[in-house]
Amino acid sequence: MRTIDLHTLTGAYALHALDDEDRAAFEHHLRDCPSCAQEVRELAATAVRLGIAAATPPPPALKDEVMRRIAAVRQEPPPTAAPARSAVRRAGAARLPRWALAACLAAAAALGGTTVWQYDRARDARAEASRAEQRTQRIAEVVAAPDARTRTEALGGGARATVVVSQSRDEAVFAASGLAEPPSGKVYQLWFDDGGTMRPAGLMDPARGSGAVLMEGRVGDAAGMGVTVEPAGGSERPTSAPLALVEFPV
Amino acid sequence: MREAVHIGREPSPRPDLDELMTLVAQGDQDAFAALYDALAGSVLGVARGVLRDRAQSEEVAQEVLVEVWRTAARYRADRGTAVNWVLTLAHRRAVDRVRSVEAAAARDHRAALLDRTTAHDEVTEQVEVRLEHEQVRRCLRTLTEVQHQSVTLAYYRGLTYREVAELLSVPLGTVKTRLRDGLIRLRDCLGVTA
Ligand SMILES: [Zn+2]
Repeated sequence: MRTIDLHTLTGAYALHALDDEDRAAFEHHLRDCPSCAQEVRELAATAVRLGIAAATPPPPALKDEVMRRIAAVRQEPPPTAAPARSAVRRAGAARLPRWALAACLAAAAALGGTTVWQYDRARDARAEASRAEQRTQRIAEVVAAPDARTRTEALGGGARATVVVSQSRDEAVFAASGLAEPPSGKVYQLWFDDGGTMRPAGLMDPARGSGAVLMEGRVGDAAGMGVTVEPAGGSERPTSAPLALVEFPV
Repeated sequence: MREAVHIGREPSPRPDLDELMTLVAQGDQDAFAALYDALAGSVLGVARGVLRDRAQSEEVAQEVLVEVWRTAARYRADRGTAVNWVLTLAHRRAVDRVRSVEAAAARDHRAALLDRTTAHDEVTEQVEVRLEHEQVRRCLRTLTEVQHQSVTLAYYRGLTYREVAELLSVPLGTVKTRLRDGLIRLRDCLGVTA
């Protein structure tokens, strides 16, 4: 194939739409053509946006299976000596050991008996499934938004919190991993922090100690978010001291 | 009870799945779990589009995610985001699978094509219905019909540009350029930088 033709293959290459022979020729060309290499990077990133838009909720068993498998898979060593860096800066945050977190949960559980604000709407399974799909997709969109800012922090005891905020979408995603299960009859509730006033932002799935949640409602002027333990169904206002307060990344 | 944990006085300069990936490369399973939560839905969506079959797409998604764990040390933040790295790998693997399945089955080429695409109008419609992403849907609408169909069939159905040309009955050269100028238009509409 002539070089002039090869330059036009950036799109097909980025979409994995070349057969093996054309791909080999184009990859050879790529080594000597910086403008094609740059265009391929951009068009591949564009294709990724198409992928994000097609997100669909994975069955819970998939995560179990993947986590089980990676525990048994040996990782490739880094190509060179591992860079000495701590990727996640703790920014001076106090770290709670797991027992302290458990103590917080127990104290919160003891409060009990506060106003319960139950969702009492009929559940349509199909509508729920479709909502789950939309949530998964919206989570992926927030995470991939061009202006998405993320903060990942250790909460201590192996628990980790991640907040992703997109100002352009006015949405935020919260994810926690390694968090102790809430006490029976309790849930983790998320809040937007509007200058000290906590605004309800949805519940974390009580069945899972980890997972990403699209925070309900708009970010608006919130400067951060918090997590509390609340009675099942959630509360209108926090009824316990927050387990974590996270300032939104700027 | 101790004071609540106040986190993050200093904003991190980079957004960060990329940082999670660094932790994953160091064997951090919690970091991998967080990465999984952020990306598994997109990985599965990509695989399902190309493979159609639920069981096969879940199998490929699983393979891809395990490969991400295994080869995380190869990820280079200076060459692109972690999202791009993972989803590009997912699409590559899904396409490899669909092509190897077809080769192994030695199915009639045209029958395989039709099987994968049904009517292409229907495909683009299905895809559009599923795309909740307003911006992507809006930007796809700005493409010409041939650009739109070519990009959709190649990305969401894993067709090669020769197969797209055959299916749409347009010359090879036309498909090549439509894939390129279609993606360029999408790139500009979405404001993608790399
Ligand atoms: Zn070139």
